[in-house]
Amino acid sequence: MARTARPAGPPGEPRRVGYLYVLPGFVVYALFALYPLLKAVYLSLFDWDGLTLGTWVGLGNYGEVLTDERLRAAFGHALVLMVFFALLPLGIGLVLASILHRARVRGLSFFRTVVFLPQVVAMVVIAVAWRRIYAPDGTINQVLSAIGLESWTRGWLGEYVFALPAVGLVGTWFETGLVTVLLLAGMGRISRDLYEAARLDGAGPVREFFAVTLPSVRGEIAVALTLTVIAALKTFDLIYLTTAGGPGHQTTVPSYEVYRQAFELGRVGLACAIGVCLTVVIFAISVVITRVGDRAGD
Amino acid sequence: MRVSSTERNANYVILAAFALFAIWPIVGIVLAGLQPEGDAPGGLANLARAWDIGRFGSYLRTSVLVSAFVVPVSALLSILAGFALGTMRFRGADAIFYLMLVGIMMPAEAVVVPLFFDLRAVGLTDTFWAIALPQVAQSVAFGTFWMRAAFRAQPRSLVEAARLDGASTGRVLWLILVPVARPAIVTLLVLTFMWTWNEFLIPLVMVPTNEALRTAPLGLGFFSGQYTQGTALLAAGATIVALPVVVLYLFLQRHFIAGMLEGAVKD
Repeated sequence: MARTARPAGPPGEPRRVGYLYVLPGFVVYALFALYPLLKAVYLSLFDWDGLTLGTWVGLGNYGEVLTDERLRAAFGHALVLMVFFALLPLGIGLVLASILHRARVRGLSFFRTVVFLPQVVAMVVIAVAWRRIYAPDGTINQVLSAIGLESWTRGWLGEYVFALPAVGLVGTWFETGLVTVLLLAGMGRISRDLYEAARLDGAGPVREFFAVTLPSVRGEIAVALTLTVIAALKTFDLIYLTTAGGPGHQTTVPSYEVYRQAFELGRVGLACAIGVCLTVVIFAISVVITRVGDRAGD
Repeated sequence: MRVSSTERNANYVILAAFALFAIWPIVGIVLAGLQPEGDAPGGLANLARAWDIGRFGSYLRTSVLVSAFVVPVSALLSILAGFALGTMRFRGADAIFYLMLVGIMMPAEAVVVPLFFDLRAVGLTDTFWAIALPQVAQSVAFGTFWMRAAFRAQPRSLVEAARLDGASTGRVLWLILVPVARPAIVTLLVLTFMWTWNEFLIPLVMVPTNEALRTAPLGLGFFSGQYTQGTALLAAGATIVALPVVVLYLFLQRHFIAGMLEGAVKD
């Protein structure tokens, strides 16, 4: 540190040196994240194959995102996945956490370790594990055969009707632990007096849940929804490794289409337009959920 | 809270059932990786066989090198930036902070396409830097946010007293703030390691042809596409890829859980 005379101000309060500290991190971030984001907006206005000269198409690529059947379907699938990644885990997590919260059970920290485990396992590994489960000769079909439901067996990830819910259930499995642990932490902070008061008023477990537990964990619900909805929108690895968007385009999602259009079909501008739309949707959803969560918390 | 013993027992059943549901796909893959089958001799020898056939030795080497670069570098940059944004007032500090918040939310899918073509133009694709630097950028966005919150949580008097004693800015950071913020720094290191180790999209896009630079998850992805003679070796490979982070998680689970939950809540 240079020991030079400082400008006037609160004693020893550094000012300009702040830039020096921020600079290295900000430069790397700006070069490898911020600039590419702006560049994506720019490229999205061109029809470009990544090799030859691109042609300006204005908002044409965005028009295609809105009208192309496959791309519209991709955003629709993302909505369906939100149900599986966010709403189902939230429902299950709320029930589970409030049941566990009512009674002080032993082994809760062990339980937390176990149910949170999926979150730290690489998505590739999760995809390999679930492909084994869904395979034509996989776990689910073996169980179905064993209990005499031979006719129900199928290649779960290869069928039009079942592929998307099958992928979605992986998301439910993946996110439920996270949501439950988050809600348990929130419920742990609720004052016991509130429950005593509710009981004196003669509230049963269900009334207790709606009158005391649910309002107290609104903040946690907002956080859980933000995390899981964004995860549902960023499902690239899982789709790429389980169904590659198929059968047909039954399981394709925006994040997978970005990759496919850019690197398999050579439609870089369109890929960037999809990426920009995805970014806007993610920003909008996080802002809305945070706003609603804040207002509910007041 | 007092509840009946029936309810308590029912709770244990629910706990156990849900824990089993959460863990059986993972346990299933570990067990499948130990089965004898075709090329696979069975037992731990499967891991060795997958190591050879699937070339996991090379993949793990790349993953270790990438993590060994990304984790300390992004932690250092985050500590420096978080220190400035958390304890100093200077023009543009807020703007910089909000710009970096954007980085936490923006999906890698959106930036990876232009990044690939820009890096290709300067001859950086298929290199170590193409995998490492974008991940440093992503981790710095979160890390700055995280360290800023950690430094702001410390009493201001700590910094002011040190400044009055004539401590330089660098001394204030490294001798006073960093030791107190150690738990937050450990959490940051652990999370960054997990994200870097598990990252799939960036190595997939950035090293299209250089097989020697495939990371462990990417190698497993290719292995699962090519190797179709059974599932034992594939499962063994999956176990190898998952193991480092899972072992770390078992030791430092509080940091993992706190980081992933609070990261979204703080400030």
